[in-house]
Amino acid sequence: MAKQLRIIPERCTGCIQCELACSWVQTGTFQPARSLIRVHLFDDQASYAPYTCFQCDEAWCMTACPVNAITISPVAAKAVVPDCCVGCGLCVIACPYGTVWYSPDTHKAVKCDLCAGDPACVVACPTGAIEYVETPAADWLGPWAVDLNKSYAGIRAGAEP
Amino acid sequence: MIGGWTGTILRVNLTRGTIKKEPLRSDWARDYVGGRGLGARYLWEEGDPTVDPFSPKNRLLFVTGPLTGTNASCGARYMVVTKGPLTSTITTSNSGGHWGAELKFAGYDMIILEGRAPRPCYLWIHNDQVELRDAEHLWGKGVWETEETIREESGVPDAIVATIGPAGENLVRFAAILNDLHRAAGRSGVGAVMGSKLLKAIAVRGTGSVRVADPRTFMAASWAMKARLKASDVTAEGLPTYGTEVLVNVINEHGALPTRNHQVTVFEHAEEISGETLTETRLVANKACFACTIACGRVSQIPAEAAGRYMVATRPRNWRIAGEGVEYESAWAMGADCGVGDLDALIKANWLCNDLGLDTISFGATLAAAMELYEKGAVADELTGMPLRFGSAEALLTMAERTAYRQGFGDLLAEGSQRLTARFGHPEFFMGVRGQEFPAYDSRAIQGMGLGYATSNRGACHLKAYTVSAEILGIPKKMDPHTTEGKAEITKIFQDVASAVDSTGLCVFLTFGVGLEEMLPQLVAATGVPYTMDLLTQAGERTWNLERLWNERAGVGKSSDTLPKRILEEPIPSGPAKGQVNRLGEMLPEYYRLRGWTEDGTVTEAKRRELGLA
Repeated sequence: MAKQLRIIPERCTGCIQCELACSWVQTGTFQPARSLIRVHLFDDQASYAPYTCFQCDEAWCMTACPVNAITISPVAAKAVVPDCCVGCGLCVIACPYGTVWYSPDTHKAVKCDLCAGDPACVVACPTGAIEYVETPAADWLGPWAVDLNKSYAGIRAGAEP
Repeated sequence: MIGGWTGTILRVNLTRGTIKKEPLRSDWARDYVGGRGLGARYLWEEGDPTVDPFSPKNRLLFVTGPLTGTNASCGARYMVVTKGPLTSTITTSNSGGHWGAELKFAGYDMIILEGRAPRPCYLWIHNDQVELRDAEHLWGKGVWETEETIREESGVPDAIVATIGPAGENLVRFAAILNDLHRAAGRSGVGAVMGSKLLKAIAVRGTGSVRVADPRTFMAASWAMKARLKASDVTAEGLPTYGTEVLVNVINEHGALPTRNHQVTVFEHAEEISGETLTETRLVANKACFACTIACGRVSQIPAEAAGRYMVATRPRNWRIAGEGVEYESAWAMGADCGVGDLDALIKANWLCNDLGLDTISFGATLAAAMELYEKGAVADELTGMPLRFGSAEALLTMAERTAYRQGFGDLLAEGSQRLTARFGHPEFFMGVRGQEFPAYDSRAIQGMGLGYATSNRGACHLKAYTVSAEILGIPKKMDPHTTEGKAEITKIFQDVASAVDSTGLCVFLTFGVGLEEMLPQLVAATGVPYTMDLLTQAGERTWNLERLWNERAGVGKSSDTLPKRILEEPIPSGPAKGQVNRLGEMLPEYYRLRGWTEDGTVTEAKRRELGLA
């Protein structure tokens, strides 16, 4: 089993240091809009979940790419090879998790490549909400959000908790 | 351009509906660092200190700092600078959350608002797209609904909104500006100034970047700072575990928690409203502002058995029947000062104040003064509309809404406690300085705070010289809170340091974990300006003196450098600080001398020249 990002949303405080670190790696500036990991807000800004590519086995981005510009890197990340990418955007459309982006600066696809084995977001997180460990690839966000929403459904409808 | 800045400011004339982009005055940005200092400099240049705060001629400034929007821990702050309606002084209220950083990402360092809009509007900023939009449909709405509506109607779900609630619209003199639902530029009525301009909100979405001058050095300095914060008790343990509420028991044990409008200084229900209780029974999660590695913010929840009474039923949704907070100051003002020991009532009152756009400190303290008036027979039931007894959670919750909407007795509360108590012939019940209510420390039990309050440029304020840090917490060194020795010196130093920190874009809470000299490398690497400790503290001193000069021009002179009679003459009746009064007279002359001012507190020509304020 390869190491990848394990995210523990309960530890996230929403400070977006991970986004700042990710944008720093790519641009040398602070620009959360360019981050490949995004802290999503749930429950009217009371819960947070940093989310990025979890390097799924299906790898729809790779399947969709017409020029084979997405490869499996030495640390088992699905990584875009910029020199090969023609910027068609099919991988962005193909990704069911919304974790492949199109860069308006380079006109190429960008996605998390685990920083070649030393993820900047993991280092930056002050609460240990993002770990780089051996863990099975799984889409955790969907089930997590469903659970979260379930517990507030009654409250939102105006019922006693 | 100096690093950290975008180099562009927005000038919005609400009367004419014009929006101009101007270059940032980089000479001022260098001399005043940014934030509070830079705002003061701009206001000095173009704001007439003698105008009515609600006049279209009053300027309203939103100012970031050079570190706002960087990954410097706690680099989240923006400062609102204007002439305040509570005090008629220059006022500087700052807030965290994500708004300040978002403004930088949109490409602007500050916003100057002039004039008054012909009808309610809000300012929409999406990178280069800056426009005034109609806000007739938002007028009258609370903070939550306003933020949600703007996000929905703009189709930009990531927009960050700073808005006023009904309190700002109704010119409540202590109305706040709220961003990210629960983060407030709270004090001195900045929200009322925004309301007087018929500006409901400023919504920002920015996708640009913030650049620093020396990236490599900056990152090293920024990591060193985070490591320091992780190694300090207060910033690594106290604040993350208990939030600011950690102070309730600490201050109460020192007999310095003002209770029932400062009549006593020990609150018998302190434990019930303390950070320990909040954390054990109500805390859901910690919440951080932008780039903050401390995360003192609280998401709290009212337990099921109290939800029936304190659910925010009038709102479409609410956080697990709860909200953010309560913070220490709010828990004190609406709790101890009003005698209310019911934590759930405080959580709800806090939520209401945030949604209505009220400053929790001044609201709580004003209600406390009203309660003293009521209990001593100076106001009758016919006028108040309900019994205003100390300890009444019902009065607290009812009066929050009535104040924001200026209904019934709330119309008088909305004027603040100085005007309220004077109206009923008991000005001695006003607990504050220059029209602004005291925060949560009784300065009879903590001498230095008295000097800090009396000389604070925006009226009584704990953020301008937090000597509690030395006198109670022992940071950077422990001082006896009951003596006046050395307090003038430390007050001056703390005032200058806080002015400098407020100007960087960093949060003043950093100072619990690190000193100014440890923040310095970050600032130098970010800006590329070779600041030294001397230059930085001098920038703070410059800001302090400029604010003072501005107040002199506004007609708020040194005669208001004083404290209420209760604090100066009535000894604390009981508790650990029994018998104490504040001995301001022992500290004030020394303070003036250390400041280099005249014996009666006037800024001298020599001092002005020294600081480049001639």
